[in-house]
Amino acid sequence: MTLMNEPIKRAEIKPKYCRFKKNGIKYIDYKDPDFLLKFINEQGKLLPRRLTGTSWKFQKKVSQAVKRARHIAILPYVADSLK
Amino acid sequence: MKNYETVFILNPVLSEDQAKDTVEKFVKVLTKAKADVINVEKWGLKKMAYPIQNKSTGFYNLVEFTTTSSDLINQLETEYRRDESVMRFMTTVLDKHAVIYNERRRKGEFNRTKKSTGSPRKEDAKS
Repeated sequence: MTLMNEPIKRAEIKPKYCRFKKNGIKYIDYKDPDFLLKFINEQGKLLPRRLTGTSWKFQKKVSQAVKRARHIAILPYVADSLK
Repeated sequence: MKNYETVFILNPVLSEDQAKDTVEKFVKVLTKAKADVINVEKWGLKKMAYPIQNKSTGFYNLVEFTTTSSDLINQLETEYRRDESVMRFMTTVLDKHAVIYNERRRKGEFNRTKKSTGSPRKEDAKS
């Protein structure tokens, strides 16, 4: 009796969406660190799709852009407190 | 005919004039091989996200060009490797979306001054 799971309020969970599909963004610029910052965590690692909601098609592009930005020292490979 | 974009970082030890000359040298490599240089951008002395060759800043430069010969990329990158003042370089092929994006970027539609305040530039662009 005491070990009852609390019911999940389904209505409160917002459905995730791909921001690129929604906003019609077709190209992700690797020269823009402020934008790419949304897709990496504090350590500078790429965030998974399940957290950002990005579709597979654009996740590939995001990861490519982040990796390019790292190469030309616009984003760090490793960091401690990016945000 | 393909569109390319190349970014390279020059040593901050160089003077402004020397940096300018080096950029011109690479642009000349492109024009000599009959590539169309569309845009040359000098971002100036910028802080890098991590040190390269024990330096924390560098002169960033961007060159956009179109060419039909893929051999030119090899030539250009050999030049980069020969020049000791180049700390890092990267050449990328642009797809059709990137070409459109770069055109708008050149016109200043994305407002580069806003960038420093950290506003979400891409979201502005859609409207």
